[in-house]
Amino acid sequence: MTAPVLEASFALNVALLLMLVVLAAAVVWTRSLLAAILLMSVYSLVSATWLMVMDAPDVAFTEAVVGAGISTIVALGAILLTRGEAVRVSWKRQVVPGLLAGLVGGLLIYAMSGLPDFGDPASPANSHVGRAYLETAKRDIGAPNVVTAVLGSYRGFDTLGETVVILAACIGVALMLGFGPRATLAPPAGAPGDHHVVLRVTAKMLVPLIILFALYVQFHGDLGAGGGFQAGVIAAVAIILHALVFGLRETTAAIPPQAARAVAALGVVVYAGVGIVCIVNGGGFLDYDHLLTPQIEAMIPAGLLGDPDKPHHWGQYFGILAIELGVLMTVSATMITIFYGFAGRTIDAIAAELRR
Amino acid sequence: MADALFWIGGGLIVAGAMLSVLGAAGVLRFPDVYTRIHAASLTDTGGATLMLLGMGLLGPFGLITLKLLLVWAFIMLTSPAAANALANAAFGSGHRPRIGNFQIMGEDKATDAAPESAGKERA
Repeated sequence: MTAPVLEASFALNVALLLMLVVLAAAVVWTRSLLAAILLMSVYSLVSATWLMVMDAPDVAFTEAVVGAGISTIVALGAILLTRGEAVRVSWKRQVVPGLLAGLVGGLLIYAMSGLPDFGDPASPANSHVGRAYLETAKRDIGAPNVVTAVLGSYRGFDTLGETVVILAACIGVALMLGFGPRATLAPPAGAPGDHHVVLRVTAKMLVPLIILFALYVQFHGDLGAGGGFQAGVIAAVAIILHALVFGLRETTAAIPPQAARAVAALGVVVYAGVGIVCIVNGGGFLDYDHLLTPQIEAMIPAGLLGDPDKPHHWGQYFGILAIELGVLMTVSATMITIFYGFAGRTIDAIAAELRR
Repeated sequence: MADALFWIGGGLIVAGAMLSVLGAAGVLRFPDVYTRIHAASLTDTGGATLMLLGMGLLGPFGLITLKLLLVWAFIMLTSPAAANALANAAFGSGHRPRIGNFQIMGEDKATDAAPESAGKERA
């Protein structure tokens, strides 16, 4: 029974990888930037499928949400500000970049021969740290999803760094494009016609459902694929959908750009604050075992959320919950701020066009 | 019983995949924007319905069935709305349906003059 299953997954791998090659070639080939963006979105979706085949649901989830979802929206916002066609470059100016790309690609293909086989139990990644995590995560952390245990607890400091990087991206984009629509600017003339009624009704139904799904992803991260990064992007997508359908003015009335950027910074504060609380209570930075003082821990009823006989890692539990909340805040608010930046610029450009 | 469910479920998934391939052929071969949207959206919802039905028969009955049902509801809600928005945008930017009998399956060029305000209206 195992042999046919293996062959099927091999065929699936080959098919998906071939699709990736074709899509990558098409992205390079096409002159239309709009087509390139949509092809990149399809590329991300196919690679998410491929990662799913490789049994990496957490990575696949992130790839689908970030690669196929939000980066497509941001890229579309970017080409609204520029033009939709790639500039033609003479072949002479393509020689050196082409040679360079070929050289690096060749080196990568050469380096591939030194990689361990897929799923090789003796590979360095699987034999030292990886195996230690797998063996101790259940005992140390108590979270059923080892990926969450590694990202949130064992390597919580790395994840704090990632969250800060996202905040830095938020600040960088905001410095280049502005924080959002200018309050002084009049909206583009002309009332929106009523021919978007289907979109409005659908979006009105979908926005709360998408936010509910984001919360599910957020709180399910302990048990399965998910967590603050994916949930933050999904929540931001709900807000962006609202802005696309109902207009930026309506959305900024609900979530002002100032609130978005404040929440983005607050998320990092929440994350780092958990670390500080751990220090104050006598542990190391982000050492969740010291997050709760013994007095507080004694107040939690024994049978709550699990087996009353086994000691529950309440510090780890609440620590991961709190830092995931910080990640959710920073990621979603950053995505919203970036979108506001692009959309505000677009409104400026359209208004300037209309005035001319 | 389980064997029969396996074959029925597998058959439904293959049928859904075939429908999606037919939709892709329609997108490539149909003459204008609107017929292409028609081909894409109908086969999209239909193919997804068949595939999700097949998956529901293959998987264990329970929470997974409920999740597949939710996915189906989401697709039935979003896919037609997306097709509608696409057709709306095509109409707003000056594409008009080709009406009548024509032999040449040329590429769809929006020769009909786009209204002056079309570009601004979209934004």
